Amino acid sequence: MSEDKPHISSYASSIWILLALLLLTIATVSVTSVNLGPLSVSVAMFIASMKATLVLLYFMHLKFDHKIYRLMMTIVLLLFFAIIILTFLDYSFRIK
Amino acid sequence: MEAIDHNSHAHATPHRDDTASKIGMWLFIFTEILLFGGLFIVYSVYRYYNPVAFHIAGEELNDFVGTLNTIILLISSMTVAMSITAIQKNDKKLALILLYTTLVLGIWFLVNKYFEWGVKFEHGLYPGSVLLPKLGTGDTMFFGLYFMMTGLHALHIIAGMTILGFVIVFIHKNKIGPDKYVFHENAGLYWHLVDLIWIFLFPLFYLIH
Repeated sequence: MSEDKPHISSYASSIWILLALLLLTIATVSVTSVNLGPLSVSVAMFIASMKATLVLLYFMHLKFDHKIYRLMMTIVLLLFFAIIILTFLDYSFRIK
Repeated sequence: MEAIDHNSHAHATPHRDDTASKIGMWLFIFTEILLFGGLFIVYSVYRYYNPVAFHIAGEELNDFVGTLNTIILLISSMTVAMSITAIQKNDKKLALILLYTTLVLGIWFLVNKYFEWGVKFEHGLYPGSVLLPKLGTGDTMFFGLYFMMTGLHALHIIAGMTILGFVIVFIHKNKIGPDKYVFHENAGLYWHLVDLIWIFLFPLFYLIH
């Protein structure tokens, strides 16, 4: 961080985030090995999103940096979700 | 907005704007997110049309290698994050050790990928092979996307390692230091992006059957 008060993440916090990420990895591997049928995609994507949030907030420092980066990231995510929703609205109502 | 306009290091280097260079890096990262995001949508649509073929083809992939590579990348993300902490605390030696560790982990990831792809080639599962068209459209699409997306990701690993190599050189030359590390931060952001993409590639290809 290079703004007024640079936030220095502690080594311990990096280790904690890694442990959380590894636990979530174990969770996703064990959950998907049980056959949940159509649910397994949603569960896997939900856990992946949690991992991504941890990486973005802590490793990529969005939580501590200036809020302009967070704002930009949110806009991009909203754009991406809009594209997903529109694409699937299109394909769901097509006649195969 | 004052915090953006105000540059606390202005006295040391008059023409430096760390916030601007980080915004530039983030803008580049957004283009990468949308690039891979588009590929994820392509994957989802083809999966929606070929559920059975994608299910069976997905079981061909080695879950163990996929999980191992996930763990390797997560650890490498932590070492990069820690190397920035080290440079902020003026611990040059530790920062370098952590960065070299990251490079080793990156190479390990690529070696695993090499063997993983090698097995697929041996089994005749690669775009343009004789076997693949016989298996049907779904399998052709699955393996096309598998090689395309993991290959593009592997290229990003190589690019990320190159950038981290520059960080190492700059730290040796004292061009990166405790009051001047925005290049190091931006390189870290790129490496975390590579990790971020893999976080989604891994369940989509290896786990969901």
